[in-house]
Amino acid sequence: MKSVRARTAAAAAAILLSANSAALAHGFAGQRFFPATILTDDPFVADEMSLPTVTVNPTAPDGAQETDIGVDLSKRITPRFGITLHDQWEYLQPKGSPTVSGLSALQTGQQYQLFVSGPHEAIGLIGLTETWAHTGRVAALGAPDFTTLSPTFDFGKGLGDLPPSLPFLRPIAVTGNLGFDFPLKTESAGVPNPDNFNYGFAFEYSFPYLECCVKDIGLRRPLSQLIPLVEIAFSTPINRLPASRTVGTIQPGLIWAGQYFQIGAEAIIPATSATGRGLGAVVQLHFFLDDLFPHTIGRPVSEW
Amino acid sequence: MRGIMVMFMAGAMLGFAAVPAQAHAFLDHASPAVGSSVPSAPPAVTLWFTQDLEPAFSTVTVTNQAGQRVDLGNSAVPPGHPDELQVGLKPLPPGTYTVSWRVVSVDTHPTQGTFTFQVGSG
Repeated sequence: MKSVRARTAAAAAAILLSANSAALAHGFAGQRFFPATILTDDPFVADEMSLPTVTVNPTAPDGAQETDIGVDLSKRITPRFGITLHDQWEYLQPKGSPTVSGLSALQTGQQYQLFVSGPHEAIGLIGLTETWAHTGRVAALGAPDFTTLSPTFDFGKGLGDLPPSLPFLRPIAVTGNLGFDFPLKTESAGVPNPDNFNYGFAFEYSFPYLECCVKDIGLRRPLSQLIPLVEIAFSTPINRLPASRTVGTIQPGLIWAGQYFQIGAEAIIPATSATGRGLGAVVQLHFFLDDLFPHTIGRPVSEW
Repeated sequence: MRGIMVMFMAGAMLGFAAVPAQAHAFLDHASPAVGSSVPSAPPAVTLWFTQDLEPAFSTVTVTNQAGQRVDLGNSAVPPGHPDELQVGLKPLPPGTYTVSWRVVSVDTHPTQGTFTFQVGSG
């Protein structure tokens, strides 16, 4: 009996300490689980890592072929404040030239969780991303020789609060990003560096939500853990370059979300002529550090 | 290509290295089933989760369309079944009932959810 009491007391203490952080972790708003999407930035602070993200890009307008291998890390400092790191190794095959490879620019970010509404399955985050000058191969790969600051607003909304008469729409969720790029140098080697308006959305249909909260249609793991989705993202110059230089992709795909990791795969369809032509693809292995290491690196550094 | 495979394998090893860890408890299935219609009133609602639960911090309630509790208030994790949560029900007339659960997995991750089921024609 004493050991049961001791265990309960220990659990209570752990729960009290972790109540804030755990409630916000891992992309939950109430009963809605938002998976980590590949193209669209996630609207939640988290202890998660993507290793690797392999992207075979569509053929560029100049005929170049590029394949990237990326890593992303998100770490909560407090339950509401987190930092991010991103970098990738690029293999670039310019048309008619030898392949070159190397690191692209290092990106760092700071994020603050603005709100989480369980009943409305709504979640919002503001962030600032820095893309650092001279942290990639500038001459060979076109990595920037200038630093760019990118403020963003990221949000998510599940449709679980729709009326009961629309049950099969309730598993739908949308996440999105609105943001800008502000390069700290207006041109590089005579080429203008525009400010950009960035916008992107992910439209998801959650089989886990359907099974847990709407109707058990008989799916069992692993099928019940699938989330089909379509992601779109665009970046439009707002100065120094014409809007016709808008780049964007449409990415239909599938995410399988397990207990400790998820796997995502998407096709990449260029949405503008400035983006490229043909098809690409991306595959990502993504880890939930808060579930893998709940008592160490999966927790915020501070509970305050 | 070899580098990509190495990275995927490194990632997989990270996952296997943490197998003893626990995680968020998701609802796996329920009886009565989520969103189902049952011909007669069930004596209890049973939920099965993907992880073991912390009994002291895991509860389930059942309400009718008027928002009144119709469960017996004896929500519990049955001995020997640490991934289950069960609550007894009062005799239920035909209607729609809402099950609301809130659980904490053994590594202190909280999750919650609701679903409905119907008794009789609803």
